[in-house]
Amino acid sequence: MTDISVYGEGLVKNYGKTEALRGISFSVNKGEIFGFIGPDGAGKTTLFRILTTLLLPDAGDASVEGFHVVKDFRHLRTILGYMPGRFSLYQDLTVEENLKFFAGIFKADISKNYHLIKEIYDQIAPFAKRRAGKLSGGMKQKLALSCALIHKPEVLILDEPTTGVDAVSRREFWEMLIRLKSQGITILVSTPYMDEAILCDRVALMQHGSIMASGTPDEIMSSYPHRLFKISTDRTLELLSLIRKMNGIHSAEMFGSDIHLSVADAETGIEEVGEYLRNYGFTAEKPEEAKPGIEDCFIDFMKLNQTG
Amino acid sequence: MLPIIFIIPIVQLLILSYAVTFEIKSIKLSITDNDNTVASRRLTGHFRSSPFYNIVGESSDQRDGAEMLHKGSAHQMIVLLPGFEKALVKGQPAHVQVVTDAINGSAAALMNAYTLQIIYDYNREILAEVSPLAGLPVKLTWSYWFNPQLDYKTYMVPGILVLLVTIIGMFLSGMNVVREKELGTIEQINVTPIRKHQFIAGKLIPFWIIALFELAIGLLVARLVFSIPILGNIFLIFLVASVYLLVVMGIGLFISTLTNTQQQSMFISWFVLVIFILMSGLFTPAESMPQWAQNLNMINPIAYFISIIRMIMLKGSGIQDIMIPLLILAGYGSAVLSLSVWRYRKTI
Repeated sequence: MTDISVYGEGLVKNYGKTEALRGISFSVNKGEIFGFIGPDGAGKTTLFRILTTLLLPDAGDASVEGFHVVKDFRHLRTILGYMPGRFSLYQDLTVEENLKFFAGIFKADISKNYHLIKEIYDQIAPFAKRRAGKLSGGMKQKLALSCALIHKPEVLILDEPTTGVDAVSRREFWEMLIRLKSQGITILVSTPYMDEAILCDRVALMQHGSIMASGTPDEIMSSYPHRLFKISTDRTLELLSLIRKMNGIHSAEMFGSDIHLSVADAETGIEEVGEYLRNYGFTAEKPEEAKPGIEDCFIDFMKLNQTG
Repeated sequence: MLPIIFIIPIVQLLILSYAVTFEIKSIKLSITDNDNTVASRRLTGHFRSSPFYNIVGESSDQRDGAEMLHKGSAHQMIVLLPGFEKALVKGQPAHVQVVTDAINGSAAALMNAYTLQIIYDYNREILAEVSPLAGLPVKLTWSYWFNPQLDYKTYMVPGILVLLVTIIGMFLSGMNVVREKELGTIEQINVTPIRKHQFIAGKLIPFWIIALFELAIGLLVARLVFSIPILGNIFLIFLVASVYLLVVMGIGLFISTLTNTQQQSMFISWFVLVIFILMSGLFTPAESMPQWAQNLNMINPIAYFISIIRMIMLKGSGIQDIMIPLLILAGYGSAVLSLSVWRYRKTI
């Protein structure tokens, strides 16, 4: 049990009549990157606020590094690094002042922990005298990460760190997380982007305040219960509505200009789908076997949840 | 922000001190003298020669005067009926009618008092001529202590200084916490090991210093521009101010722990502040309020500070004279500050 870093059981939180969390249980191992994947309103931020002692759960228990989020909140605040979804540093302090301020609050020695943030902070160091409010989005995020790390937290909790960040910065950011993981820091990250799930060691798929599935990305993808085909086309919408009318189709979804369709039974294969399309005059489109991604799984679980 | 904090209050002090006055320097008077005799002209002559009156209309028809009052072009009218002199000579009562525009009640009372004073003086003259030996049974002499000329500024400026300090204390500190809530910075701060009292102290001290600076500048302006006497010990003023500031800042912080947006906080602060100011005795004497309102003033920090600062500046009161209200303020301050530390939540 000692290798469990963050642990939650039966967490419930309601805002008035809105059920933000409906009994969530999970556990995160030490030194792994654990991703909470789900759309806006899935309850990710609420969950993180409970873990960071900002919110009290209505029911259930949670602990971080063996410290209870309600009873041991004071100690927890010294070992947590938290980066809220919204940029929450002081906009009228400079980059340098923000870093010194947060180091000061945690009574941390900047020079001692500098190795942790060196690679990140070096990129914003040229703007050390600039006010935080005047930084670009990517730089703000690097500063926020630096400030969350300066006291060498044991657990880093990042609420949608890559939302609203350009693709290059997103990739850089994930590279940084993977480096931090190698320093032994446990990282909890939430994101609405399915493609980032692959980068996590383990993920939990969240929807409407519940976890639909959790495991390593591979486990989740291999648990996909249907055969999946991919069709490339430039008449996406037309083809989509056509395929949804076909017998033996479990689901058909749009992925960019592609269509992913899963079949409901063994009798419906590539040949059958191809023939069906040709009958309706789509001769150029060839269905091909495809490997399910996290997004396919997510949509499948979502539908399961809605019907069940 | 810093220049604004310092410039605005000085401008306010200059404007308010010169503009807000209870003295009425030019009463617009309409005269209807239907007697038109030596005696009646002598009475109206008193008004003409007074620097406080500005004769805006004279007519033999009193409806003209009434018309002017309706239009607002006259504040007051006096009417002398035919037979005024005759009655005086015969030793019978002579009647003078005074009509005053009382839209503004306190101004009307003041104008009325001026006018009655003039008629009273006239009465005495007449009496002295008719029976020179009689004199008046009671002779009055009076003097105003601590403000001999009844100078309005002497009375007003210390009060306005109090308001400036109050507004800074209550608004800046309170707004600052709510602003952190709005910007979301409080979410980051709350996940740190910072203690509640440390956070509150961090919000308190800078504005406490700013407000004391402001008071210093205000006192300087009061002394140099308005020549307001500062009879008491100036350090005593600062001692009282620093205690007083803890009270208003505590109230401001408490409001900010209850609200989530600057708008809510602003609304409640204004609400509280306006009541406190109007009841404080700055504009109207607290002694003239009904008893329940005077009781309510027990929790009005502004009332305490205004009465203390006037005592120190104008009367030269020492610490022993203001000990009781000062102790009340100190108790009040520690109560509201503890309340806001208690109410400030590091959870949302």
